[in-house]
Amino acid sequence: MNITEKILARASGRQRVSPDDVVFANVDKVMVHDVSGPGVIKVFDKLKKQGINVDKLWDPTKVWVAEDHFVPSADKVSAENIVKLSNFTKNYGIEKHFKYGMGQYGICHTLSHEEALVLPGEVYVGGDSHTNTTGALGSFACGLGHTDVAYVLLNGKIWFKVPQTLYFKLNGKLPDHVMAKDFILKIIGDITTEGGAYKAMQFGGSGINEMSVESRLTLCNMTTEAGAKNGIVEPDQKVVDYLSSRGATNISLIKGDDDAEYEKIYEYEGSEMEPLIAKPFSPENISIVREAPSVELNKSYIGSCTGAKYEDLVAAAKILKGRTVKIRTEILPASISIYKRAMEDGLLKIFLDAGVTVGPPTCGACCGAHMGVLAKDEICISTTNRNFPGRMGHVDSQTYLSSPLVAAASAVTGKITDPRDLK
Amino acid sequence: MKGNVIKYARDNIDTDVIIPGQYLKVHDYAELATHAMEGLDPNFHSKVKEGDFILSGRNFGCGSSREHAPIALSHSGIKAVLALSFARIFYRNAVDGAFLLPIEIDQDAYCDISEGDEIDIDIHANQIKNLTKNKTYTMKPFSEIIGKIIEAGGLFKYKPY
Repeated sequence: MNITEKILARASGRQRVSPDDVVFANVDKVMVHDVSGPGVIKVFDKLKKQGINVDKLWDPTKVWVAEDHFVPSADKVSAENIVKLSNFTKNYGIEKHFKYGMGQYGICHTLSHEEALVLPGEVYVGGDSHTNTTGALGSFACGLGHTDVAYVLLNGKIWFKVPQTLYFKLNGKLPDHVMAKDFILKIIGDITTEGGAYKAMQFGGSGINEMSVESRLTLCNMTTEAGAKNGIVEPDQKVVDYLSSRGATNISLIKGDDDAEYEKIYEYEGSEMEPLIAKPFSPENISIVREAPSVELNKSYIGSCTGAKYEDLVAAAKILKGRTVKIRTEILPASISIYKRAMEDGLLKIFLDAGVTVGPPTCGACCGAHMGVLAKDEICISTTNRNFPGRMGHVDSQTYLSSPLVAAASAVTGKITDPRDLK
Repeated sequence: MKGNVIKYARDNIDTDVIIPGQYLKVHDYAELATHAMEGLDPNFHSKVKEGDFILSGRNFGCGSSREHAPIALSHSGIKAVLALSFARIFYRNAVDGAFLLPIEIDQDAYCDISEGDEIDIDIHANQIKNLTKNKTYTMKPFSEIIGKIIEAGGLFKYKPY
């Protein structure tokens, strides 16, 4: 069995599972946020009316709650949702509630790794599609809707069809001007936004071994855009070091068997990778940056679970140091821990000196919620994950997806720019 | 199950157009319905009738995990979405929450069924009858677990163990 199959077999109490088997897997961790939380509360209300007991959760210690989409509260409705969420965690005895304005908080997927909330080998589900991100730690991490999350909260398990696995092998390191974001955009361009549908996408090879944990998180994050059930990397010493430095103990290194099977293996040479963008209106609409259309950008946005981790900010700072931005540029670190580190290491000064607006951790404009959404006809380059019509604001706005290096270089020139071509 | 078809002849209808992100904070089902399909078809709300079906291409519902998407369609009156294929979270949200039926169709049905056609879906016979054009198509049968959850009326009513 491969790693995804092994995790699902263990979680469902079976010796062995094969693709297309349906299992009820015991869940190790579950996450809700300020969008899915109120959605789950609504499901609980419906269940109560049907006479189903919702007085107790299966295990409140396995649940954690993030505030990220509409925080700091964007308006009255989102403020009400935050109150609802706080009452919910209080009533059900959930202690891991990361509240904005009270120390560490941030985007749910970022907290999953920054706070070492999920460990290798675990089944982790969250009420958000980018839950796939956390598979980079070697967990089976999968996004679900409100009804399914409510079911997990009450029963501790959920059904899965064991996915087929696509294996993406990266030979050799990526060049310095290329980031994990470029690699995952390349993959989505090759297999399309439906190419990973219902499947696991596993990453391996020497290029992945060389990669930081944060870069692997970027890869797994955007398996969602290929339609995948989960993205995963077999955990190694880097993952152990990463998690133990954040307080985790009892970290087990689970790996696939030597005779693990994959539906298909794709191979890429690291040295051949180039900076890429996804043009509007799909993450599969890929172009090499040097062949990008010559459009006048209105904005550069460096944020989200995909593109505002610490190393993403370091990449942006490398470009912005001693330069000034030509277009509106926002940088929103993905969590308070990253924000603080960026302050301590001088990154915030570089950003502010360059003219950038530095915002608080939030999903913000990535999902068109608030904090810099786009007007009609505005064109943005963004380190986020989706560029469907209206994703970041007006339905007639346009988003180009890129790495933080490209988004920062483009902020300096006002045009889509390869970091190598910056004067 | 009889109804009329609203057709969007394109692939990859994503959750951002089914219910734009700005409405994710809304959890009032009736209000969500007023914004259904707003990102693609601002007239949807005024033209949709109780019992209608949506017909579309590949990868319907791709994008986010927002359950708001099947909720907004279902509370607009949509009883089933017929598509060449579905994105996974939309599909399981539709079934587990018992909001609407996700029906996988073939190219024949996709090309042949037009906007406004009256169709009759029989999920036990895996058949779709086009009453307007007097034709019959086959739908892809539900997998065992999906069939059972639909039969039960949603995941919470399904008793697997």
